[in-house]
Amino acid sequence: MKKTWSPMATCALAALAAAGLVAGCSQGSATNSGGDNGQSGDTQVTVRYMNFSSNDGHEADLETIVSAFEDQNPDIKISVETVPYADYAAKLQTAVAGGAEADVFELEYASFISYAKAGALADITGIDTSAYAESLAKAYQQDGQQYALPESFSNVVLFYNKDLFDAANLDYPTDAWTWADEQRAAEALTNKDDGVWGDYQPISYNEFYKTVAQSGGEFLNAAGDATAFNDQAGLDAVNWLTGKSGKTMPTDADGANTPDFDTNLFTSGKLAMWHTGIWMFATVAEKAPDLNWDVVVEPGNTTKASAMFSNAVGISAKSKVQDAAKKWLTFYTSSQTTIDTRLAKSWELPPVADTSKLDAYLAITPPANRQAVLDSLDAVALAPVVEKQQEMQDVINDELAAVSAGRASAEDALANMQAKVDPLLK
Amino acid sequence: MTDTARKAGRRRAALKNALWVLVFLAPSAVPLLVFKLAPMFASAWVSLHKWNMISPMEWVGLGNYADLLTSGNTWEVFSHTLLYILGYLPLVYAGGLLIAVALNQKLKARGFLRAAYFVPVVTSWVAVALVWQWLLNPSNGLVNHLLGLVGLPQPGWWTDPTWAIPSVILASAWKDLGFVMVILLAGLQAIPQEIQEAATVDGAGRWRRFWSVTFPLLSPSTFFVVVISLINGFQVFDQVYVMTGGGPSGASQVAVGRIYDLAFRYGEAGTASALSWILFAVILAVTAVQMRGQKKWVNYA
Repeated sequence: MKKTWSPMATCALAALAAAGLVAGCSQGSATNSGGDNGQSGDTQVTVRYMNFSSNDGHEADLETIVSAFEDQNPDIKISVETVPYADYAAKLQTAVAGGAEADVFELEYASFISYAKAGALADITGIDTSAYAESLAKAYQQDGQQYALPESFSNVVLFYNKDLFDAANLDYPTDAWTWADEQRAAEALTNKDDGVWGDYQPISYNEFYKTVAQSGGEFLNAAGDATAFNDQAGLDAVNWLTGKSGKTMPTDADGANTPDFDTNLFTSGKLAMWHTGIWMFATVAEKAPDLNWDVVVEPGNTTKASAMFSNAVGISAKSKVQDAAKKWLTFYTSSQTTIDTRLAKSWELPPVADTSKLDAYLAITPPANRQAVLDSLDAVALAPVVEKQQEMQDVINDELAAVSAGRASAEDALANMQAKVDPLLK
Repeated sequence: MTDTARKAGRRRAALKNALWVLVFLAPSAVPLLVFKLAPMFASAWVSLHKWNMISPMEWVGLGNYADLLTSGNTWEVFSHTLLYILGYLPLVYAGGLLIAVALNQKLKARGFLRAAYFVPVVTSWVAVALVWQWLLNPSNGLVNHLLGLVGLPQPGWWTDPTWAIPSVILASAWKDLGFVMVILLAGLQAIPQEIQEAATVDGAGRWRRFWSVTFPLLSPSTFFVVVISLINGFQVFDQVYVMTGGGPSGASQVAVGRIYDLAFRYGEAGTASALSWILFAVILAVTAVQMRGQKKWVNYA
C-alpha cells in the first residue's frame, strides 16, 4: 500500500512545489535576507530600482551612480531594471497590480498623482528636501505629505543646423523669433529633391498644449473641470502644428513618427530646425560630431511658452527594505556624483536648489547657446494633469492626425476634442 | 474472501486507478488550472469591479457590461472586427484552396513549394507586419510603386481610414495562406482515388469532378478551417497593433486592441475584463451556430 502511494505523494509534492514557486515569483522583491536595512552586519539587502529615463543612451551613467552608491553602502545592492519609455506606464501599472513592483521606481510628473492617491507610494515626509528646488520638491507632495523626490527636469528647445542656414543665406534663429519667422525660414530651407526638410515638430498632445500656451490660450479652465482650448488660440495651435506636414516637414508616410526618424534626419544634416528635448544634446553630439548646430528658446506665436518636464522617484508602499530604499532615493536624487554625472553627460538636469551648480553644464559645447535651457524656464507651459491622462492624449493625437491628413478641418477637430475630452474631466 | 472485502478491494482499485489518471493528467492539468482557468475566473471577478490596477477594487456589479453594451465604441470595434473577418476569410480560403489543389498535382519541386507556402505561418507576426507595412507604404512602398507603373490609383493604405483594415486583411491572408493550404491538402489527399475514377468513367469533366466530388468531400476540412479562422479572426490583434496601432483615428481598432487599450493604457481593468467576456460570449455563440449548421452541409462520407 505504502509503496504504491509514495510516487503519488512525490508527484503531489512536486506539483505543490511548482505552484509555490509560481507564487514566490509573484512576490516581487528579490530580497531574502530578512534584515530590514542591512543593520544585521554581514547580510546584504537588494533594492530593486525601475526606471525609463536611462534607457536609450544613459544606461552607463546610471551605472556610474549605482557603483558610487554601492561603494559607500557595501551592505546595499541596487538591482536596476530599465524599461523603454513607451512601455513603462503599462509595465509599472501591471507590476503594482500584481504586487511585483520594484522597491524604488521612477514616475513622471503627470502620473505621480494617481500613484500617490492610490496609496502605492510610501509616505516619506520628514526626509530632507533642502537640496532640491523648492517648487520641484513641492510638486511631489499630496495633501501636505511628501510621496516622492524630484529626480530631474528637462525642457524643449529649438535645435537648428547652422550649415543649412548659411547655405540658404538666412539669419540664425533668435530669442525674438515668432512662428512667422520660423515658417518663413522653414519654407526657404525645405528642398524635397535633396531630401532636406525645414522643420520637424511632432503633431502630438505634448506640442498641442504648449502651442496653445504660445498663442496666449489655456488648455484647461481655472477649475480644471473643462477644456478651454476651443478658441482662437487653439485654432492657431492646430493650424501651426498640422500645416507643416508635407510642406516643410516629412509626413507619416515619409517615416515621421517612427523611432529615431527625426534624430537620424537631424544628425545626417537633412533637417534644418527641430523641436526636441535637451536630453538629445549628448546623442546629437555623439552621433554627429562634425555637425554645426546650436539651440535657441522656442519661438512663440503671441507669447513665449516652453514645455518643462520633471521626473520623480518614489518608494513602493509595499517595499520591505524602506530604510535602504530611502538611502538610495536620497543619494540618487541629490548626491554630488549624480549632479556631476547628469551635468557632464548632458542627461536631464538635476533639480538642485542652488542653480550655480549648473554652471558646469552651461560651459559644455555644443551647443554653444546652452543658456537657452535656463532662459526657457522664464515662461513655462506646464502639462495639464488629469486622471484619464492617456485617453485624453489619444483623443487629441487622433484629432490632430485627422487634420494633418486632410480628413478634418481644424475647427471640426477642435470641437471634437472638446466634446470628447470634457467628459473625461468630470 | 467475504463479499464486503471483495467490494472494498474493488473500490480501492478504482480509487488507485483514478489517482494514477490524475498523476498522468497533472503535467497538463496543473498549468491549465494555474495559467488558464484561474486567470479566467479572476477576470470574471475583476469584470464586476471598477479597478485601475493600483487602487483597491470597487464593486459595480454588471455596470461595466451595461456601459460597454451602450457605448458606440464597442459596436465600432466589433464592426471593424467583423469587417476584417468578412474580408479575410473568403480571401484566405479561396487562396488556400487554389494553392492546395495546385500542389496536389504532380509538379516539379512540389515539396519545396509546399514548404515555401508554409514559411509565413511559422514566422513571427511582428516581422510579417513590419514587412507588409513597408510593402504597403503609401509613398515609397513596392505595392504602390507597381500600381503606379500600370496606371492604377495608389491608395493611402494604413494611413487612410478606409484602407487601414484592407491593409491588415492583405497581410493576414498572406500569412495564413499556408496554414489553410496544409489543412485542405490533407483533406484532398484523403479523398479516395476510386471515387474520382468512377466520376471520370461516368463522363464528368475536370470542372464537374471538382464541384460535384472533390469540393463536397472536402467539407470536413473546410468546416475546420472556417471554425478556426473565425475564432482567430475575432481575436485579431498582433497585426493591427504593429501595422496601424488601431489607427488612423481608431479606424482599424478591433475588439482585442480595445481590450488592450482599456487595460494597459487607460487603467480600466474592470471594463477590459468585461469586454473580454463579451468577446468570449460572441465567439462561443458563433461557434455553436456553426456546430449546429454543419449537419446541413458537412459531408463525412
